[in-house]
Amino acid sequence: MTDTVTTTDSGPKRLTTARLRGLFRERPIIPLIGLLAILVVVSELIRPGIVSLNWAGVMVRAAVPLAILAGCQTMTMLTGGIDLSVGAVASMSGFVVATLVGGPGLATGILVALAVAAIVGLISGIGVGIFRVHPLIMTLGMSLVVLGFANVWQIRMVQTGSGVPDQFRDLGAGIFLGFVPRSLLLFVPLAILIILGLNRTGYGRLLYAIGDNPIASRLSGARSWQVLIVLYVISAVLAGVAGFLYSGLTNVASVTLADTALLPSVAAAVIGGTSIMGGRGGYGGTMVGALILTVISSILSSLGYPEAVRQILFGALIIFVAAAYTRVTEP
Amino acid sequence: MTASTNGYLLEASDVSKRYGAVVALKSASLRVRPGEAHALMGANGAGKSTLVKVLTGAVRPDEGTITVRGKERMAHSPAEARRGGLVSVYQEPALIPDLDISSNLRLTETPLEPFRDWVRQLGLGKLDLSRMARDLPLATLRIIDLARALAIRPDVLMLDEITAALPANLTESVLEVVASQRGGEGSIIFISHRMTEIASVCDRATVLREGVTVGVVDISADSADRIVELMLGEAVGEMPERTERAAVASQADEVPRLEVRSLGSSGRLRDVSFDVRAGEVVGLVALEGQGQDELFDILAGSEHASTGEVLVDGRPVSFRHPADAIRAGIVFVPADRAEALLMQRSVRENIALPFSTPISRWGPIRKRNEKPKVDKAIDTLQIDTRAQKEVRLLSGGNQQKVTIARWVAGGVQTMLCFDPTRGIDIRTKHQVYLLLRDLAEAGAAILLYTSELSEIQLTCDRAIVIFGGEVVAEIDVSDADEATLLRAAHNLRSDAPLPEEVVAAAVAAEEEADDAGEELAHQESGEDPGPAEAGDL
Repeated sequence: MTDTVTTTDSGPKRLTTARLRGLFRERPIIPLIGLLAILVVVSELIRPGIVSLNWAGVMVRAAVPLAILAGCQTMTMLTGGIDLSVGAVASMSGFVVATLVGGPGLATGILVALAVAAIVGLISGIGVGIFRVHPLIMTLGMSLVVLGFANVWQIRMVQTGSGVPDQFRDLGAGIFLGFVPRSLLLFVPLAILIILGLNRTGYGRLLYAIGDNPIASRLSGARSWQVLIVLYVISAVLAGVAGFLYSGLTNVASVTLADTALLPSVAAAVIGGTSIMGGRGGYGGTMVGALILTVISSILSSLGYPEAVRQILFGALIIFVAAAYTRVTEP
Repeated sequence: MTASTNGYLLEASDVSKRYGAVVALKSASLRVRPGEAHALMGANGAGKSTLVKVLTGAVRPDEGTITVRGKERMAHSPAEARRGGLVSVYQEPALIPDLDISSNLRLTETPLEPFRDWVRQLGLGKLDLSRMARDLPLATLRIIDLARALAIRPDVLMLDEITAALPANLTESVLEVVASQRGGEGSIIFISHRMTEIASVCDRATVLREGVTVGVVDISADSADRIVELMLGEAVGEMPERTERAAVASQADEVPRLEVRSLGSSGRLRDVSFDVRAGEVVGLVALEGQGQDELFDILAGSEHASTGEVLVDGRPVSFRHPADAIRAGIVFVPADRAEALLMQRSVRENIALPFSTPISRWGPIRKRNEKPKVDKAIDTLQIDTRAQKEVRLLSGGNQQKVTIARWVAGGVQTMLCFDPTRGIDIRTKHQVYLLLRDLAEAGAAILLYTSELSEIQLTCDRAIVIFGGEVVAEIDVSDADEATLLRAAHNLRSDAPLPEEVVAAAVAAEEEADDAGEELAHQESGEDPGPAEAGDL
């Protein structure tokens, strides 16, 4: 017969692998910051003396628009979706302002660009929320539609286009206090808004809920179509804002300007710990993810590696990180 | 006196497993002799499921050894365990929905002839192997799953709550088959919350509590008390005698909280009418698939009725979405916890979810307003919040409590509970019964569907019985003993015996009812095999 075994309370706290995994699961931002620190050290080793406040400013400046696009991915991925139209919308919005600033003026240009972005988001949201089109397909389709319209616009406006407005160049590429990027003036409040929105509002709670379990959310009274329509509008408008910064940062206005940022924006969210299956993640990790990708890019370009190497490395990193998250989040 | 290792077919010793901060198994042991039916028992969260997963290779233990026929063996996957002669049958049938039955059998290389024999012995009668798994009722799939396992003659067959929510006649044949396996070469590990089943088919029981094996009991006439004692670790508090039932029935002139008038829905629900008054718990009894699922879905706003109406406080209502039902004060606790919970979110988030669903509440969360309500709900239901970071880490019983706490936090007017105690332990069950009574006493109207007939007398004021999509009986709780309810559920007159043929006919009807088209045909021609034969007898 089996005897009763006396119960003992859990032993002294040790830093076991289980604990590490728990840390990774609860606070993925801590190991991510560790990875970022390693990358900074690598940068310094490769090009001694390069790491400085100015270098940090340049990195942050380059990471800000990517972090905004990655914010779009974070929020849509929390609901189990994705927004593949952010690249096209960002390019479109920068381009629209560039073509309108000479005529109707900057304010009109911004308004038109953001209104168009909102309409694109509204259509995506209606497709995903009401007609149940898979977000991947819906937003991919919308990105082609947006690119097509932007091309039409380009043909009509080519004569009056007058380039990126000074204000955007200042905001996207400008620096104050010696090394602080001006884009932070826009980004810091925006990031705070996203973080508070996700963690402290009923709307944020619903984003997580719908991604975690759409049936349970429905049974609890959530009308997911409302949540999703608002979500894709927010995402598209944020992408429009990121487009202003991209055109300012690069001093280029083209209908394909931000297209190359699309996959890195997904990558930054995934690396930051947001699950593409929904219900898990947050914006803090995403921002660090955007910085990590930016620093890696800079390391590779300072080594003179071609774009292909960057792509391979990004791809490998995404796969590695996604696999690591799956391992730690499964019980 | 410890028995030597040699005598055992399967032996698990000192198995431990922890998930983060949660210890699922501390030191669990299980020794199964050849030819015995061995019950594995324990309250929810005691570690039964984890031990089963360790045995079948689904989970790797932190410590401990498992030996089969004296040789150490650790399965790394369920397939490996299966090859090693250890086969398990779970509550959720492991059949691929989009394949027909014969393809499902081929996948697991199940020999057909023995399979057919077992299906017959398990009381299913004829079975069309070309039907898609997803088109068959859950009870049938369970039986198929069990027959498939039996057909490959496993050394150890593990049955996890195999009888949960099975109709009574199938339960009986399953138990007979389990009993007939005793004394052979193989063994059966039998997991169930139903003490009477354990007493009737098992030889011994291993009892787990808080992840530790606390005792092994030889089953005899009076072993149930001993097992419950071991499970709870303290004297089990009897369900407090209900002092007096609120005399709601007499207040006939009062407008009922919920009125259902000739509700019909294509195929499954024909003409259902009943009332639920404030302050009363109404029990709903039905065999599997008699329209209760559709009835609850309609009342909860998930489905539309094709005919009839629903009135709340005397006003007709029409729900297009569960949110409409919630606004009308009707909240729904579904049977499947996976449908109710945000598994990756915390206990608090799960409870607070309905607070944030209307657009007007999308803004900043009013913590000061919300926290006391959530705290009170956690307190009322005595939810164990040690693993509150993620609900999926909680035990089944605690998860079930969270699904109820969500509505308790906001104040309950009308609550629909669909088998809320399925597969949870006795202590949690009692808590749920008490809670339902308390809610009713505080003025809530509660409709409770249950597959466990004894719950009717424990919690309800009266019972209504549904058969073939119609209300066939309304029984006052004082008359609602299990035999009466069971007869009513088979649509038999109260004095009539319960012959096997009728049961078989009812099951046939149930099977056919699965096809909505066929069901409609029955309606039109006015023939319904179940009740018709019942009348003949």
